[in-house]
Amino acid sequence: MGQKFTGSVLKYGDDINTDVIIPTKFCNSTDPDYLGRNCLHNLDENFINKRKPGDILIAGRNFGCGSSRENAPLAIKGAKISCVIAKSFARIFFRNAINIGLPVIENEEIAIDAAEGDTLEIDFTANTCRNITKGREYKLDSYSDLIHKIFDQGGLINFIKNTEDI
Amino acid sequence: MKCSITEKIFQSHAGGANVRTGSILFAGIDLAMGTDATMPLAIQEFNKIGRNVFDPAKIALVQDHFVPAKDIMTANYSLEMRKFAEQHRIKNYFELGRGGICHHIVPDEGLCYPGDLIVGADSHTCTYGAFGAFATGVGSTDLAAAMATGKLWFKIPAAIKVVLTGKKRAYVQGKDIILKLISILGVDGATYKALEFTGDGLADLDMSDRITICNMAIEAGGKTGIFEVDDITREYFKKFNNNKVVENLKTGEDSAYERVIELDISEIEPLVAEPFLPSNVRAASRVDSICINQAVLGSCTNGRIEDMQMAAGVLKGRKVHPRVRLIVIPGTQEILKQMIKENLLDAFVDAGAVISPPTCGPCLGGHMGILGDNEVCIASTNRNFVGRMGSTSSKVYLANPAVVAASAVRGEICHPEVLL
Repeated sequence: MGQKFTGSVLKYGDDINTDVIIPTKFCNSTDPDYLGRNCLHNLDENFINKRKPGDILIAGRNFGCGSSRENAPLAIKGAKISCVIAKSFARIFFRNAINIGLPVIENEEIAIDAAEGDTLEIDFTANTCRNITKGREYKLDSYSDLIHKIFDQGGLINFIKNTEDI
Repeated sequence: MKCSITEKIFQSHAGGANVRTGSILFAGIDLAMGTDATMPLAIQEFNKIGRNVFDPAKIALVQDHFVPAKDIMTANYSLEMRKFAEQHRIKNYFELGRGGICHHIVPDEGLCYPGDLIVGADSHTCTYGAFGAFATGVGSTDLAAAMATGKLWFKIPAAIKVVLTGKKRAYVQGKDIILKLISILGVDGATYKALEFTGDGLADLDMSDRITICNMAIEAGGKTGIFEVDDITREYFKKFNNNKVVENLKTGEDSAYERVIELDISEIEPLVAEPFLPSNVRAASRVDSICINQAVLGSCTNGRIEDMQMAAGVLKGRKVHPRVRLIVIPGTQEILKQMIKENLLDAFVDAGAVISPPTCGPCLGGHMGILGDNEVCIASTNRNFVGRMGSTSSKVYLANPAVVAASAVRGEICHPEVLL
C-alpha cells in the first residue's frame, strides 16, 4: 500500500450498513462497475452522480455494519472511491476491504474534522493524512504486520499465492 | 479457569497456550460454509489461488438466499455453486427441497460441535455459538482462502461475559433477551468482541432460544456469541448417535473478560426493535398504533420448530387481519415435515397465512415478500435497516414469533396478551 493520493471528501454519518451501501436487489452480480453504479443507493441516490474518481469517503461510527456481502467494498471500489476513513468500522467490512485491497483508515479525528468537499492527501508510506483545505496533518496508525503484508500484496488471494506455508 | 472460551478455542486451533486476546494469527478451521449469495464471488477468487479444496468433508454449501431462484442471475448463482459442489465432491451440499436455511442446516446435520472453529460467508454464522463453537461471518475472499488452505487469519477478540439469571415470562423468547442486550450494548457495543453466555438462566433457554441469541450477536457488532456447554447442549448432540466428544466448555473467571453484564431475564417482556436499527428497542405493549401490512415468521433467527409452535399457539382459532399478509417460512425441510406431523400447518393455513418454502427470502429483501412503498412489516427476522425488505420508504419492526403472530391477527403491533 505504498501509495500517495489526493481526493476530495464525501461525508456521511454513523451506522452505514451494507444493505445501504449496496442493496440486495443489486447483489445478483459481482461486477464492480455494475455494483459501483448502484453504490450507496439507499442512502443517497445522487451519490453516484456527485462522486468523482479518487474521492475519499468519510463516515462516522460502525461503517459497513450488517451483512457480510463483499459486494459492499466492491461497490465502493467500483465507484472509484480511493479510500474510506471512518471513526470506526464493522469487523467483517474491515476484513473484506483489506482482503480486496480497498484502503480503509480508522481515525476519529480526521473523520470529525473533514467537511464535505475538503481535499485530503493520504500517504501510506509516511503514514500521514493531510487535510489540505484546513491545513491540518494527522499521523495514521500503522496496520499490524500481517494486515500490512496482505494489503501490500493487493489482497488476501495474492498473499496466499505468495506465501508458501499457508 | 483464567481464559475465555474464545481464547481456549483459538489455543487449541493455533499456537497453544501463548495465544491470548489481541494475538493475530492464522488458525486451522473445522468448517467453511458458503451459500448461493456469497459463493459465486468466492469461487471466482478460489480459482485464482489454483489449489483444490483443503478437505471436501469440511465444507458445507447451502442453497438458501435466492431459492427457489428469483431471476436468471440468481438462478445462475445457484448453478455456479451446484457445479462447484459436484466438481469438488462436496458431500455437505444442500439443495432446495433437501435443505433449508444454512444456520439451521449446519447444526441439524451435526456439522458444528463445541470447541469448533467455523467460518461462513454469511454474517449470521455466529449462530453456531449456541452449540459452543467459535463461529464467525466472513466475506467471499476469506471463504475462498479458507476453502483452499483450511486456515484463515484472525485477531483474537476480547470477550464480554453475559451472565443470565432468572426464568422467562410468558411469551418471552431468546429474541427478547438478545434485543434487550443489543439495546444495552448498542449496535457497535460488541464490535471486534465475542459475547460469552453463562449463568443459571441458561437452564431456561432451549436450543432455539440460544440460536436466536447467538444469531443476533452480530447486530451488536459481535464477532461471535457463544453459550457455555451444559446438559441442554449435551442433550442436543445425543441424536447424532456418534462417538464425538462434546467438549465441556465453560466461561472463565471474570478477570478474563473486558466487561461483565448481568441480565435478569425474568424482568424482560416481549420487545420490538423499531426502524431503523436493532437497538431501537421498546416493549411490545408500549408500541402505539402501528398498523402493519405484512408479518414474516421465519429466518435464520427464528425459523425453528419451537418458533412455529409458539406462533401457531397464538394463531389457533384466530384469523389474520384482513389488511395483513402473514408469510410463514419454516427454517428447513425437516422443520416443515415436523410442522406437518404436529398439525401446525392447519393453524397457519386456516388463519389465512401463506407457507413459503424454506429460504432467506424477504428477510434480506431477496424475494418471497418484498415490501412496497410505505408498507410496514413486523418480522421475526434480524435487521430493520432502511430498505432492508424492499422499498426505501418501507419499514420493518423486529419481534419474537408470538408478537409477530399476535400482530398479524390484530393488524397492529401488540403484546400477545392483548388477544386473550
